[in-house]
Amino acid sequence: MEKYARRKLLDRVVRGACVLATVVALVPLGSVLYYVFVRGIGGIDLAFFTELPKPVGEEGGGMANAIVGTIKLVGLACLMGIPPGVLAGVYLAEFGNSRLGRIVRFSADVMSGVPSITVGLFVYALVVMTTKQFSAWAGGIALAILMLPTVTRSTEELLKLVPESLREAALGLGVPKWRATLRVMLRTAAPGIAVGIMLAVARVAGETAPLLFTAFNNRFWSSSLNEPTASLPVNIYTYAVSPYEDWHDQAWAAALVLLVMVLVLNISARLLVRHRVKAR
Amino acid sequence: MNLETPSVVPSENGRKRAEESSNGAEPAPSFGQPAPATDARRWDDISVGKIVPKMRTVGLRAYFGTTQVLAGIDLPVAEQKVTAVIGPSGCGKSTFVRCLNRMHEVVPGARAVGQVLLDAQDIYERDVDPVRVRRRVGMVFQKPNPFPTMSIRDNVLAGLKLNGLRVSDPDAIVERSLRQVALWDEVKDGLHRAGTSLSGGQQQRLCIARTLALEPEVILMDEPCSALDPIATARVEELIHELRESYTIVIVTHNMQQAARVADFTAFFYMGQLIEYNRTDVIFTRPKERRTEDYITGRFG
Repeated sequence: MEKYARRKLLDRVVRGACVLATVVALVPLGSVLYYVFVRGIGGIDLAFFTELPKPVGEEGGGMANAIVGTIKLVGLACLMGIPPGVLAGVYLAEFGNSRLGRIVRFSADVMSGVPSITVGLFVYALVVMTTKQFSAWAGGIALAILMLPTVTRSTEELLKLVPESLREAALGLGVPKWRATLRVMLRTAAPGIAVGIMLAVARVAGETAPLLFTAFNNRFWSSSLNEPTASLPVNIYTYAVSPYEDWHDQAWAAALVLLVMVLVLNISARLLVRHRVKAR
Repeated sequence: MNLETPSVVPSENGRKRAEESSNGAEPAPSFGQPAPATDARRWDDISVGKIVPKMRTVGLRAYFGTTQVLAGIDLPVAEQKVTAVIGPSGCGKSTFVRCLNRMHEVVPGARAVGQVLLDAQDIYERDVDPVRVRRRVGMVFQKPNPFPTMSIRDNVLAGLKLNGLRVSDPDAIVERSLRQVALWDEVKDGLHRAGTSLSGGQQQRLCIARTLALEPEVILMDEPCSALDPIATARVEELIHELRESYTIVIVTHNMQQAARVADFTAFFYMGQLIEYNRTDVIFTRPKERRTEDYITGRFG
């Protein structure tokens, strides 16, 4: 009986510690969300989404170009980063024990540890210097490089979680290996992979450093992908370090918009994948 | 293969009976190829009688890396009969059936040497596509493994759809396959439910239906009932009985009663060797080999 009481007590203590740790972990998250919302909501109005920034000293204006710019940059990054990332992940999951596989995996791990500003510098040297201009392309390439390792590794890990018995089931039905991989393994892992991709997208959507000297910034609309392009993170940085009070408010508003954009993207991707898998 | 002192010598009687029955009901032997060296006569010698082999293995050896798991197996698989493979865990019986449709080599490092004849064609010949072999020799696995992203209907059609085959009347195939496994009445109102929403026994019958939809010639079953309860097991066994009308079946089982119930012929494997092969009733009543007798009577050391 003595022992049993002790065991029960220990159980409660450990459980309490777990709850406490969860709360501690949630406090920063909650306060960031709360603070961004409270400070940012004031700067949000219709003009913020529809107008260009006003010159210094003039009240009002918006960040329409930066919102579109962020969508462009992240879109380019997705186009360039997701397909090779997923395919590399498939390669690692299927043939990852080869010498090349180990090299690819190691490189991906090293790459995910590379500071984002280094990637920006790399793209600056590679793209901006050669084309002699800041551009959305350069920004997109920098973000794509940042996404690549995350997408690759999460695709690999999630494919490895799909039971091998499903592959055998497909092969046993006379399905060629490549079809079994694409239409059974990848399809089964799709919801998880989508979440992994979303986390990568969310991460690069908020990247500032690599954009500073690739996409640079623009107070106006950029008419092509070959021009300097405004983005929300860079604008947040520029506005936040400025000496003007109304710019600070706009920086908070931009932060809130960025947060909501990432959130919406995240949730809709999850819903989309879940829906498609169920419908099948 | 070392033949030790047979503990029970099959009676003259038994052999005669076997031959008589086979003369009556079964067609004459037609080994597709000239009998390869060692084994051909060995099975005539016992009470198997005359069989038409749909498949036969000749000197089949299998390896995982450098470990040999099958040491030269010569075994016929009778057409439109049920052949059971029994033996203790790790004796190579699963590996054996996986060699029959080239699923063994799917595991990294695994390979097989020797001949496996399917209608006189060696499926291990260089220019044979394993994918084609597997469409003719279907497989049902130990654990039911319906595709979780597919509905019941799509699971049945999976073999056709994943192979990119045009299906002229999918509904008919779904209904026919599900009827064959006696699952139709249970699921016909919910064909769009997930395949994984079914019970274990239903899932296994769904997997069998999925195999049948491809109309294979041979069906390999690797312990198909070991994850099922007795009622579901009985249903699957009933199903095997019906399927042997039109298919050649090889079933691996741990359960000797099951072998006795469903199989026409039984092969006893031990440590990667085929110890004994015979008509099921002979194996279970008058085995030639001491090890077979010890195993089926539960005295195995």
